Amino acid sequence: MLNPEDLGKLARALDMTREEELACDECFEELDRFVEMELAGLDAAAAMPLVQDHLEKCGDCREEHQALLNALRTEQGWTPVRLIWARLRRFFRADRGPD
Amino acid sequence: MKKRTNEQWLAELRGRERDRATEDLRAVLVRGLKVTFAGRVRGLDETAEDLAQDALIRILNNLDSFRGESRFTTWAQRVAVRVAYTELRRRRWRDVSLQEVIERHEGSGRGLGALTDRASSPERETERKMMVETLQRFIAEELTERQREAMVAVMYEGMPLEEAARRIDTNRNALYKLLHDARKKLKKRIEAEGLSSGEVLEAIGEG
Ligand SMILES: [Zn+2]
Repeated sequence: MLNPEDLGKLARALDMTREEELACDECFEELDRFVEMELAGLDAAAAMPLVQDHLEKCGDCREEHQALLNALRTEQGWTPVRLIWARLRRFFRADRGPD
Repeated sequence: MKKRTNEQWLAELRGRERDRATEDLRAVLVRGLKVTFAGRVRGLDETAEDLAQDALIRILNNLDSFRGESRFTTWAQRVAVRVAYTELRRRRWRDVSLQEVIERHEGSGRGLGALTDRASSPERETERKMMVETLQRFIAEELTERQREAMVAVMYEGMPLEEAARRIDTNRNALYKLLHDARKKLKKRIEAEGLSSGEVLEAIGEG
């Protein structure tokens, strides 16, 4: 039985569903390049939209992506400020919609 | 620890300096895992050491698959994070069966009736109820039992893909594909009936 919360989740998931999506293994294969772009302040989401798409849809991969980002940030001394700028850039791009 | 290029890492891990390079890599993994799991597991030091050891074995066995598209340590930490989460999810969900999760969902008493709790016009309520019934019919007609169960466990009850997959004798990648197919089938059916997923969102008040 669908309750309102489930229904919302399902409807949003269907709305986001694309014909072509990466599965977890393909996303994992690209994840190291993806996080390095993020750490360099580049727009990884724009460069690798299918990876971004998978991370939005898959809780397992999203969790691992976040953990990897945190671990690397510490290891390589990436400053949080730089990451915040990278996110902001992405946010504003998303806000403007496709150019 | 000395800085190494990707080529140096690979050469040393395979060569006479193997022991020292392995220890350095282990230290990198342990540090990363501690950052990830600080405040989230008991016995952090021991857990991080154990997980790093498991990851290290996996990494050393798969050196040939490193394609040099990132830093070697990024690639290695990626493996470590995956190994670590696999283990932690396993621990966290150890005592939960898939059947329990599905029954909990069905027995939660959050059926259609709950919809009327939301303040809105009677017309809107009717529209929403019809949409729920329509979707439920599509789910019943389009999806396999396996797809329905996976959807309940993963999408509604938040079970990790990896854990749900283990319980139905598949793997995480295949389960993602199974759910992707389920979403595509439902979306196609909705469209075949002259609706769009945007209209569904609209009807249930999420649009
Ligand atoms: Zn995934």
